[in-house]
Amino acid sequence: MEKKHSPGRILEPLLKDLGQDGRRAFQLPKTDLPAVAPETQIPSDWVRSKPAALPELSERDLVKHFMRLAHLNFSVETNFYPLGSCTMKYNPRVHEEIAGLSGFAQLHPYAPDSLSQGTLQLLFELERMLAEVLGMDAVTLQPAAGAHGEFTALLMARAYHEAQGRPRKKVVVTDSSHGTNPASAALCGFDVVEVKSNARGRVSLESLASVVDHDTAVFMMTNPNTLGLFEEEVMKVTQLVHDKGGLVYMDGANMNALLGQVRPGDMGFDMVHVNIHKTFSIPHGSGGPGGGPVGVKAHLKPFLPAPMVASGSAGYRLESPGPQSIGRVRSFFGNVGALVRAYAYIRSLGTDGLKQVSEGAILNANYLKELLRGIYPIAVDESCMHEFIASAKEMKASQGIKAMDIAKRLLDYGFYAPTICFPLIVEEALMIEPSETESRQTLESFADALAKIKHESEETPERLRTAPHRMPVSRLDEVQAAREPNLRW
Amino acid sequence: MDLNGLKYTKTHEWLRVEGQLGIVGITQHAQEEISDVVFVELPKVGKMVSQGEETAVVESVKAAFSIYAPISGTITTVNESLSKDPGLINRSPLEQGWIYKIELRDPAEAKALMDAPAYEAWAKGNKH
Repeated sequence: MEKKHSPGRILEPLLKDLGQDGRRAFQLPKTDLPAVAPETQIPSDWVRSKPAALPELSERDLVKHFMRLAHLNFSVETNFYPLGSCTMKYNPRVHEEIAGLSGFAQLHPYAPDSLSQGTLQLLFELERMLAEVLGMDAVTLQPAAGAHGEFTALLMARAYHEAQGRPRKKVVVTDSSHGTNPASAALCGFDVVEVKSNARGRVSLESLASVVDHDTAVFMMTNPNTLGLFEEEVMKVTQLVHDKGGLVYMDGANMNALLGQVRPGDMGFDMVHVNIHKTFSIPHGSGGPGGGPVGVKAHLKPFLPAPMVASGSAGYRLESPGPQSIGRVRSFFGNVGALVRAYAYIRSLGTDGLKQVSEGAILNANYLKELLRGIYPIAVDESCMHEFIASAKEMKASQGIKAMDIAKRLLDYGFYAPTICFPLIVEEALMIEPSETESRQTLESFADALAKIKHESEETPERLRTAPHRMPVSRLDEVQAAREPNLRW
Repeated sequence: MDLNGLKYTKTHEWLRVEGQLGIVGITQHAQEEISDVVFVELPKVGKMVSQGEETAVVESVKAAFSIYAPISGTITTVNESLSKDPGLINRSPLEQGWIYKIELRDPAEAKALMDAPAYEAWAKGNKH
């Protein structure tokens, strides 16, 4: 059955419209402590004369409301979610159990070190595990996301070059880079220079040599890159930048393809971030909280943000910043709940298990790519790593069907859409990352849906242009939303 | 309007030279690629720019794209209509959707740019 809703239909009322005067959820028992009048503690003009107009609901109303909202959601919990570059893998339930242990979940951030030993030990060990996985000498767990990790690393790079007495102004990025790379560099005050990819979608050594000079602070590189391709000349790339005195940063968003296979530190990178919410399976629909720990080689260690966890005869403690540290980049110790889950993931898989993660991710991506070969053009059709790029350019040329139309129609078939229109160097890109946690049957059904959509593009193209047809809301007018935003807060 | 005589960059800007003045916009091919434009960040009038320097930003539903100066000079006028109606770039990229006018520092720089057939061939061949 297919229904179409008008854009104005209310799928679920707001709490304020559901509320009924005098309705209550849980009621606290009477306190046996003496009451204190607020006026005696708070300046009188800050004290309310009337109670706040909060919605009044029963617990039953609340649970129904939030469950209905949850059921409207399309998530990694309910559907295949091949969102390229985002590594939407299954989030093992055991992590929730461990992160929910009261010693972690109820630890107050201002608790003294002596009462935080378990959490500090976990953070101390996690820093070292990640350093081992990344081939780095030290790791900071503070950055709250990947872009924050990039920003932190670039601040360190700037401090490093300044400490050498030769500040540098330029950051070089590739034309296939995540948009966060140039954004982080610009936010850090660097001039951004873009280097073109070659015909095989890799960094061209020749182009790179023409832009990297003695004013280049950092070259930022993603490996495997956003086309899902391994940069085979990475050793030459890092050497080329080092020869000019620059640092090389690896955007570790695609680390899921490398776990246990090769380490950024061994490829010549000076700095790298890893998205624990991608690679290490932290739930990350709707934007977090995530984590973007940054690993660095020894020459950058003095610049790491503070605090770091240290161990000594009195146990674990938070260490104050050294004279060259860039200081704090996050309150307290980072997103600890996410870090606990990453620790649990690494400990439950072990080194062999982590290696199987990348093997599974690469195998699944290549299998899916083979299923789609001949149906959709593949950008740079070689063996891929954990993801690959299909393109809607043929359908656009023949029927005017765009990647966006395919993405919307996939929802009707019960699949979340791939990342679309990125990387920018591929026309009408569909960036597909299945991850290692999906079964062969799921991959086959997804390929089948894409084949059906290809068929529909020839037989009933209008069906694609107006998709989705089976979702709670139909196609949203994102152009009007962007041009005439109706903002209220 | 005479659209012959437009010069093109590899970064998909066009330049029309009228005496000492240049008019700059993005190409038909570029507007098709980036799709619906939702915002244009215009340069400041009076700003001096060098050829290849970032001068404006065009934001579409896909991403934000930098607009580079096809030629060196001083920005004299910006197309204020784009602030209210950024869709002009999609509807009329070569005429009403112009972005800024620039007083040329060295008109000879235009010689390095492509003519229409060369640009079209280049844009066609420059895809994965």
